[in-house]
Amino acid sequence: MTAKTRRYSARDVTVLVAGLGVAIVVNVGLVWGPTLASVGLSATDWNGIGPIEWIGGRNYEDLAGTYPPFWSAVRNNVLWLAFLGVVATPFGLFCAVLLDRRLRMSRVYQSALYMPVVLSLAVVGFIAQLVFSSDYGVLNAVSGLHVDWLGDRAVNIWVVMVAAGWRHVGYVMIIYLAGLKAVDPALKEAAAIDGANERQAFFRVVFPTLRPVNVIVLVITVIEALRAFDIVYAINKGRNGLELLSVLVTENIVGEASRIGFGSAIAVILLVISLGFIVTYLSQLFRGEER
Amino acid sequence: MDHRPPLTRHVSIPSSISSSSSGSMPLSRRSLFLGAAAFGVPAILAGCGSDAPSTAPGGSSSGGLGTVTLGSNASDEVPKKSLEAQIKAFTQGAVKVNTVDHNTFQENINRYLRGTPDDVFTWFAGYRMQFFAEQGLALDISDVWRDIGGDFSQAFKDQSTGVDGKQYFVPSTYYPWAVFYRKSVWEEKGYQPPKTLDELTALAKKMKADGLIPIAFADKDGWPAMGTFDILNMRTNGYDFHVQLMQGKQSWTDPKVRQVFDTWRGLMEYHQPAALGRTWQEAAQSLAQKKTGMYLLGMFVAQQFPEADRDDLDFFTFPEINPAYGTDSIDAPIDGYMVSAKAKNVDGAKALIKLLAQASSQNIATGLDPGTLASNSKADTSGYSALQKRGAELVSQAKHIAQFLDRDTRPDFASTVMIPSLQSFVGKPDEIDPLLASIEKQKATIFR
Repeated sequence: MTAKTRRYSARDVTVLVAGLGVAIVVNVGLVWGPTLASVGLSATDWNGIGPIEWIGGRNYEDLAGTYPPFWSAVRNNVLWLAFLGVVATPFGLFCAVLLDRRLRMSRVYQSALYMPVVLSLAVVGFIAQLVFSSDYGVLNAVSGLHVDWLGDRAVNIWVVMVAAGWRHVGYVMIIYLAGLKAVDPALKEAAAIDGANERQAFFRVVFPTLRPVNVIVLVITVIEALRAFDIVYAINKGRNGLELLSVLVTENIVGEASRIGFGSAIAVILLVISLGFIVTYLSQLFRGEER
Repeated sequence: MDHRPPLTRHVSIPSSISSSSSGSMPLSRRSLFLGAAAFGVPAILAGCGSDAPSTAPGGSSSGGLGTVTLGSNASDEVPKKSLEAQIKAFTQGAVKVNTVDHNTFQENINRYLRGTPDDVFTWFAGYRMQFFAEQGLALDISDVWRDIGGDFSQAFKDQSTGVDGKQYFVPSTYYPWAVFYRKSVWEEKGYQPPKTLDELTALAKKMKADGLIPIAFADKDGWPAMGTFDILNMRTNGYDFHVQLMQGKQSWTDPKVRQVFDTWRGLMEYHQPAALGRTWQEAAQSLAQKKTGMYLLGMFVAQQFPEADRDDLDFFTFPEINPAYGTDSIDAPIDGYMVSAKAKNVDGAKALIKLLAQASSQNIATGLDPGTLASNSKADTSGYSALQKRGAELVSQAKHIAQFLDRDTRPDFASTVMIPSLQSFVGKPDEIDPLLASIEKQKATIFR
């Protein structure tokens, strides 16, 4: 009787264990393990050498209460997200729509806008220094200004966001361009026959059909904003107005400082912010599937 | 060549963090990265760069002490050549040098010393040495000092001694901080090195009237302003107060500290503006190009001068502020060697550091690298350049030698508190009280 109800042969079980087991081990070992370890470490005081001391929420108190770069970093991350989401991404969409209309030399524009995407953000950071350096930068030399673009805390984050946006626009543009090419021209024709003007045809008909692309672009924008690191690190190591959460994590943990508990607390905050977006995105995705 | 204080060097960005994007999946990689930041990246960094072992020619293992491994941060050309030349004289065994990028070496020192460190490694004197000695990561080399002690002044011995009174470090070369200027410019305009703060201010005013920017200044990298703070604090409050402040035993809200920042604020109008967007190299260039009048920096400033102009470079020690202390202290960071607690070849390691402490080794170093001075008092100074001779004279006159802010205090305090704070002061020199209150509060979270 037992032989009859057994649904899996020994071979099936082996395959199952090997297939699923490896995935689980990798997932737990590389994703959940380090994540939970970070959360655990964030409640400790540890310099990487001596004993680990449990201090509860004190790291978080110190972060919020006495560590000025923290709030500056939170503000910059939010600004970064807003800038990419409200300025750079719509501008990329705008470029894509224009290019989709088969202008003359549209290939040239397309290449010019897409060019920065092949550069790593660190390289964009170096380019930004050549342009914006107060003593040797092209901008000050050409315009005759004496603005300390990268050193003045009131200006530098905007300058850097423009440089990062320069790259982001091309990225978003190419994705939307691919999406727009895939939109059925019959839809636009139908809208035109129904008397829609161009603006209405785009916002009421074309844009809604781009929904899957919009989701991808949204996710990319959020990721880009939260993981921004290399550009500010290349410019001034993410200090003096260019603080970002990712930089503070590195600065505290990887550097000689070795404030591992403290750095982990910053990492956990970054994780919580990321989780907010992940949960929203996934719940949207699943709701869409159910429909 | 590398004499810049350590927290500071150009950093190669770990490739694992550099940009690569793909569609909709990587959100989950975010958390992976968080984990990687906590565990993976340092290990990867520690691993890279250490793959360039080179066996010193002439160091055949005929001496019977076997092979000694030497972890070196001398990744720049001149120091690397200098070290290779020095270990050629090691006849008691073979030396295997593992050179790691200077900055990477420093950032990973914790993991390096806990993992499988080399027998001997390059490091810095002072608190930064004591910090690791106290954690039991360095070997007591007091017996070596019994042999070499006669060659070094008490100041160097103190800087090599841990809090437990034992020695953990042998000094190699060092370089003083002072105010540098171009002799030709000063002769032409008739400037004289100032002896007091008032004279300095008067001189700066005169320079301004002459169309020069009086004091070159740069703090984009965060550390050069530490040199200004150090010297102002030592001139105003003396060496002992400075050291206690660095060790977290004095309050940053003390009126004495406030006075330092007040003095600095008074000088700020003579400093090169827009300092936070400038590197020290650019500031040094402005001195070389005669756009600025003087520059407080380490002797390595000479690197930025073309060979032909180096003889035109001279310096004076920062002028007196408080007559009680005169000009008795300077920053002069010492580089040298330590033996790791996990050393496999202890006898070989001790023999090697003994050699590196010798006058003969240091003569090689100072000959190849004109921005440095020998710490061994028996070293031959006849081969020194004019600048090196003046540097040695300056140090011999100083009663107290500090190691520079990021070597005199805890590394976490220097990098995560002092760099942002001093940059904030440079950006807004008028907001002193809230800044000092913030430093004191942050200090309390680190020195617990």
